[in-house]
Amino acid sequence: MLSYIIRRLLVAIPTILILIVISYVLMFAAPGGPFNSERPLPAQVLANIEARYGLDRPYLVQMADYVWNIVARFDFGPSFQYRDQNVNSIIRQGFPVTLTYGLWAFVVSVVIGVVLGVVAAIRHNTWTDYLAVGISVGAQVLPNFVIAPILVLVFTLWLRWLPGGGWNGGAWQNVIMPVIALAASYTASIARIMRSSMIEVLNSPFIRTARAKGLPTRRIILRHALKPALVPLLSYLGPAFVGMITGSFVVDMYFSTGGIGQFFVNSALNRDYPVIMGITILMGALTILFSLVVDVLYAWIDPKIRY
Amino acid sequence: MAFRTMMLAGSMLALMAGSALAAGTHPVTGEPLADNQSFTYRVLDEFPSIDPGLIQDVSGSDVARNLFEGLLNQDSEGNIVPGVAESYDVSDDGLTYTFHLRNNAKWSDGKPVTAGDFVYAWRRVADPATASEYQWYMGLMALVNVDEVMAGDLPTDQLGVVALDDHTLEVHLNEALPYFAQMVAHTTTYPVPAWAIEEWGDAWAQPGHMVSNGAYVLSERVPQEKIVMTRNAEYWDNDNTIIDTVTALIINDENAALTRYLAGELDRTDIPAGQYPSLHEQYPDQATSVPNLCTYYFNVNLTDSGNPALQDVRVREALALAVDRDVLVNNVLAGGQVPAFSLTHWAIAGWQVPEADYVGWTQAERDARAQELMAEAGYGADNPLSVEFIYNTSESHQSIAVAVGQMWKQKLGVTMTLSNMEWETFLDQRANMDYELARAGWCADYNEPSSFLDIMQSQSGYNDSKYNSPEYDALLADARTAEDPMPDYEAAEALLMRDFPVIPLYFYAEVFMLNDDIKGWPYDNAQQNWYARDFYRVAD
Repeated sequence: MLSYIIRRLLVAIPTILILIVISYVLMFAAPGGPFNSERPLPAQVLANIEARYGLDRPYLVQMADYVWNIVARFDFGPSFQYRDQNVNSIIRQGFPVTLTYGLWAFVVSVVIGVVLGVVAAIRHNTWTDYLAVGISVGAQVLPNFVIAPILVLVFTLWLRWLPGGGWNGGAWQNVIMPVIALAASYTASIARIMRSSMIEVLNSPFIRTARAKGLPTRRIILRHALKPALVPLLSYLGPAFVGMITGSFVVDMYFSTGGIGQFFVNSALNRDYPVIMGITILMGALTILFSLVVDVLYAWIDPKIRY
Repeated sequence: MAFRTMMLAGSMLALMAGSALAAGTHPVTGEPLADNQSFTYRVLDEFPSIDPGLIQDVSGSDVARNLFEGLLNQDSEGNIVPGVAESYDVSDDGLTYTFHLRNNAKWSDGKPVTAGDFVYAWRRVADPATASEYQWYMGLMALVNVDEVMAGDLPTDQLGVVALDDHTLEVHLNEALPYFAQMVAHTTTYPVPAWAIEEWGDAWAQPGHMVSNGAYVLSERVPQEKIVMTRNAEYWDNDNTIIDTVTALIINDENAALTRYLAGELDRTDIPAGQYPSLHEQYPDQATSVPNLCTYYFNVNLTDSGNPALQDVRVREALALAVDRDVLVNNVLAGGQVPAFSLTHWAIAGWQVPEADYVGWTQAERDARAQELMAEAGYGADNPLSVEFIYNTSESHQSIAVAVGQMWKQKLGVTMTLSNMEWETFLDQRANMDYELARAGWCADYNEPSSFLDIMQSQSGYNDSKYNSPEYDALLADARTAEDPMPDYEAAEALLMRDFPVIPLYFYAEVFMLNDDIKGWPYDNAQQNWYARDFYRVAD
């Protein structure tokens, strides 16, 4: 197992390098540049700025330099758009924010999703099932850019219970609505995956055996059915987890949380190359890491899997 | 013992005086003041920079105007009033300006504000190593040697600005600029503290590092969330400042911002497109429309890569006349905008839009004339004209384009194909003259007609139509040294109104919600340059 993990981590290094190269090429292939605006900058000014950021050098040199700065000094470079920040400071300030509400959203969506899915599976084809499926379909089809304004309308404008946005250092009042908005559709997906895999497990021979032995339902579900039913969910949870902790552009934008989801999209629109690259690498590394975690968890949950 | 009692009594008194002041009345108007003297406003996006030398947008300038103070300020009508400089003299030839600095101006760390701080700041902006996007502003100020310094051919100490002593700043210009005093109210010309910049480098614009000389200091800054500014005890006019805290909340979504305004979290926010009429009806004391020195127009590609039909001035005039601008501003935009027939904004100080017969006509008369012109040019039912229009993806640009296209179709039989693209692609395509008609907007940098008219000079980098008129260029060259440049400006604008290199559609207005407890907003300042120290919050 340990050698497997080490092998996977070693493979991750070339993977990230390839990710850097492809992102770099795609970025420069996109039309426009970081310093275009309604009012084109005078040639002299543009030349100064390009010299300052080394953009006047050949692409290959720029890319090699970029990778070297990361490897040697863990420096992801300046931001072209936000002159008072650099990529490290943007990630340092923004990532804890998305990590916080992303983790909470993960916990909330897994707990509610699994419970909802299990209950629906046990009460298969009863009104409880229909209600659970109805709720999850509802949460799935309502995109978060619809949920977010509704939440603000209800909890901020009408009830005046929660602030309509901002982060405020992560105060619980500011965290609640981003978590709900982010968790809703994940919860729905988890519930549906859980429901169908639970139904399948409950119909399998070993559960019938357990029932025949006269075990109580609670024990059958928790002791025997839950673990195998979680296997299909795991492969979904890996990418979903990365998706949640790297935040959501809509949530960041609507609730002004200061998370990196917003920086990611804005930097792409502004062609802020170093910021795009920095966040892409962060997301890539997290994706690789958590797909490894999921694979390790598989081995733990499913005795058939061995590495 | 007696000493302690006295101390206690003293501090009690001070406390009482403090609260009496907080719950006091305005020293001039006598209005009752609220206990909470804060002002919170919305900005669209994270600040690219709040370093005066690097600021490149309005939101950064708004912050800098509160944190820093330049030589001169603007009052609520946009007139120049003293700032760090108490007064200034101009030499007879208009080439030398001498600013006399007040001796009680201080930085937030207690150091005096000196003429040397301005010299340092101006050299820093002009220095190519600083790579400021607003370096060109120094060129616009026509300082002696500025072009050579900006190109790196002369050291920055050759720039035409010198500190004669700590309180006297002398500026040498290459040419007389009648509007030079207006220019030093711009945030790019604000002083910056050399010692803080040298100590902290790029990180000097962060709380705890930033030293500033304005009415407020930077106390909190969270990217994509907020900036909080609090009173600067060292500010020379701190005693007359009433607002204690200024907070800029970064809220990307304007509807989210409006909801939070209505929930009482904000004192000022922008009104989303199309909602001004209903909000104005519901909150007449809060929904506000003021002129904004920007013009919205269409560029016509006048080069060979453009549409051949559009090289005919009659066709351009017909297209310009057939647009019913009242419909655009009242029904499509509905935000207090004003129909435009000229490039230069109507609200520019001292400006009179030149006469042109079609401006005074009814729309029916304009339409009739447009049809005549099209027929003369040889276009009609048997030879219909089609034009291509490009714009950057945005709902409001699209609704305007659709409305204009319908007007042209109905009145002139012209087919307009719309092509929208992402912002950067759009800029690329327009700059490469790869278009026939393109949307455009231009905003004034200073409150003077040349801020608009300069862009249509044949050599201007912003002349996206490639209008090329020696007569026009000569008028603007003459205006630079004229005693009264206005007649030149008006003649130049009249050429644009005759040749139609651009089709002006409307003058921008700024529509926003402002809490009616906040007083002192500079409604009549056409540039909307506001200083929070001029505000106060009245008690409910």
